[in-house]
Amino acid sequence: MALDRWIALVFVGVCIVYGYAAFFTMDQGLPPFMQRNPVWPSTFPKILSVAGVICGMIVLLGLEKSAVEKEPSATDINYRRLGDYNTWSAVGLLALMVVYALALRPIGFIASTILFLSLGGVILGERKFHILIPVAAVATFIIWYLVQEVLGIFLRPWPFFLA
Amino acid sequence: MLEGLMIGLQTAINPFNLGMVVFGCVIGTFIGMLPGLGPMSIIAIMIPIAITLGDPTAALILLSGVYYGAIFGGSTSSILLNAPGVAGTVATAFDGYPMAQKGQAGKALTIAAVSSFAGGTIGAILLMIFAPALSSVALLFHSAEYFALMVVGLSAIAAFAGSGQVGKAVMMTLLGLIMATVGEGALFPAPRFTGGIMELQSGFGFITLAMAMFALPEAMFLVMNPARSSQGGADDKSGKIENMRITRSEARAIAPVVGRQSIQGFFIGVLPGAGATIASFLGYAVERNLATKEEQADFGKGSIKGLAAPETANNAACTGSFVPLLTLGIPGSGTTAILLGALLALNVTPGPRLMVDDPQVFWAVIISMYIGNLVLLFLNLPLIPYIAKVLSIPRNYLIPFILFFTLMGAYIGQNNATELLILVAFGVIATILRFADYPLAPLLIGFILGTMLEDNFSRSMQLYQGLGFILERPMTMGLLALAAILVVLPTYRAARSRNRAKGVADGD
Repeated sequence: MALDRWIALVFVGVCIVYGYAAFFTMDQGLPPFMQRNPVWPSTFPKILSVAGVICGMIVLLGLEKSAVEKEPSATDINYRRLGDYNTWSAVGLLALMVVYALALRPIGFIASTILFLSLGGVILGERKFHILIPVAAVATFIIWYLVQEVLGIFLRPWPFFLA
Repeated sequence: MLEGLMIGLQTAINPFNLGMVVFGCVIGTFIGMLPGLGPMSIIAIMIPIAITLGDPTAALILLSGVYYGAIFGGSTSSILLNAPGVAGTVATAFDGYPMAQKGQAGKALTIAAVSSFAGGTIGAILLMIFAPALSSVALLFHSAEYFALMVVGLSAIAAFAGSGQVGKAVMMTLLGLIMATVGEGALFPAPRFTGGIMELQSGFGFITLAMAMFALPEAMFLVMNPARSSQGGADDKSGKIENMRITRSEARAIAPVVGRQSIQGFFIGVLPGAGATIASFLGYAVERNLATKEEQADFGKGSIKGLAAPETANNAACTGSFVPLLTLGIPGSGTTAILLGALLALNVTPGPRLMVDDPQVFWAVIISMYIGNLVLLFLNLPLIPYIAKVLSIPRNYLIPFILFFTLMGAYIGQNNATELLILVAFGVIATILRFADYPLAPLLIGFILGTMLEDNFSRSMQLYQGLGFILERPMTMGLLALAAILVVLPTYRAARSRNRAKGVADGD
């Protein structure tokens, strides 16, 4: 099964769970005055869930097909050729973003950003550390100054034990 | 109108706002030149900065400047590298790059700049004429018509997603609408679909979602397939930028093209879903059909008309897309959806009342469009050879910075590190959706319009004690019928053309 149909299957699943909540669990705690209203908090979600299941099924069953099959260009991304791309670099950068999110508060903006920009460059194949690290450090300080001093948004610069 | 123009002029020529136009245009030009980063990604990255300005007028002026700048910058990389920075400038490369290969890069850039200026300026004049008229009509609309109008907008966006994509686009729109119901609504203050998670009480963050949908997948694709950023490649001849003058006969040749495409591009931009990309392709096709036999042979090989047409049309369409945004509060494209989100974050609700309640915002944006186009012409034209140097930034440095600004945008917006994890999670989902060719703009538009759509639907239901508003209000029924046609028609046409192609193949 093609990826787009797998996604449609997941979408139908999401709509069923969403619809179950809208049809069966949402209205249980509804106050009596609201029960006399023609529209409840679950009304719109109910419509969306039904429409979602129908639309998801159309894509899942392949009822709609492209008019013209086009050849992918060199710049297109084809998931069937993932092995030909720098997929691990992309995964590495995503992991680095998660680490950055977790490290931002404990080790502070300056250290975490310098590490992020430097390691990001390393993941992409940069080996000129004498250029990479100073560029990352200078850019980090400039951005911190602009955000904190000019825009007035607080970014804790140093690790928690120094702040 | 004159009074409004004076208010707009007064606000727009305020030194701070002027600075914002210049800043926005320059930043937009720089980033727009980088292949892979579209105006949506750039605006998404710039929103946190715009919001921190606090002033909605300055914020919208800045973001509009970034928008034009990005389109302008995209043209430069299309001409010099055959690597369009944005989808709206793909058609620019058809004739712009061959001109650059012939050693006419300077001339091509000048034609692009002048055509963009003309398209943007004529578009702004048309916006000034049509927006107030549409606003006064829209003031007669009730919640039922608004609900129906939003359904039309969402359907049109799905319909323009391309043949065989309507189902996917509608699916993405519904996903966006479903995501919009998470958290507390305006009419129903109790939290819904939060799963007991405190962070979801106020719903998903718009900026986080915008970054995750556009900036992150583009960056990931640039990492995975470096061909996206280095397609073509400039040889020695095309890299040189000299002789930026255009002759009088060339100016005479492109003048009617610019005139026609400014008007056509503007009206295509007004249509929901049909943005700069469709306008530029259509503009190119129309001008090729109108050209003489000799001129037609030149199209695709460095025709000045072939370059001027998409350049004029895409800028006029950018301006046109502001019409539904400013007058109806309905975004016609992914980019204007992001602008709408930014305005809502600044407590400004675009719509017919905008002209009455916030005239300085409405008119200052229109005036700043003229100023933005002038800035792009007079500031960027002499600077093009220097600005083009941004194309030589190594991707090993560029991509970590793009990712970092994406992360910072989400962090500054919410001041919460959890938002960064949500951003990465949504970014991964968005990348998978892009792999499977699902359009993401309908998702974001659905998300932004979701709350308004539900509010108007609920109000109409309460007012008419049920779904009676559909039958009792002819305009509502007409608009909903139009929405249905918009969704069904492309599917029917795709099926018919497929059957015809099958018939030809079978020898029928």
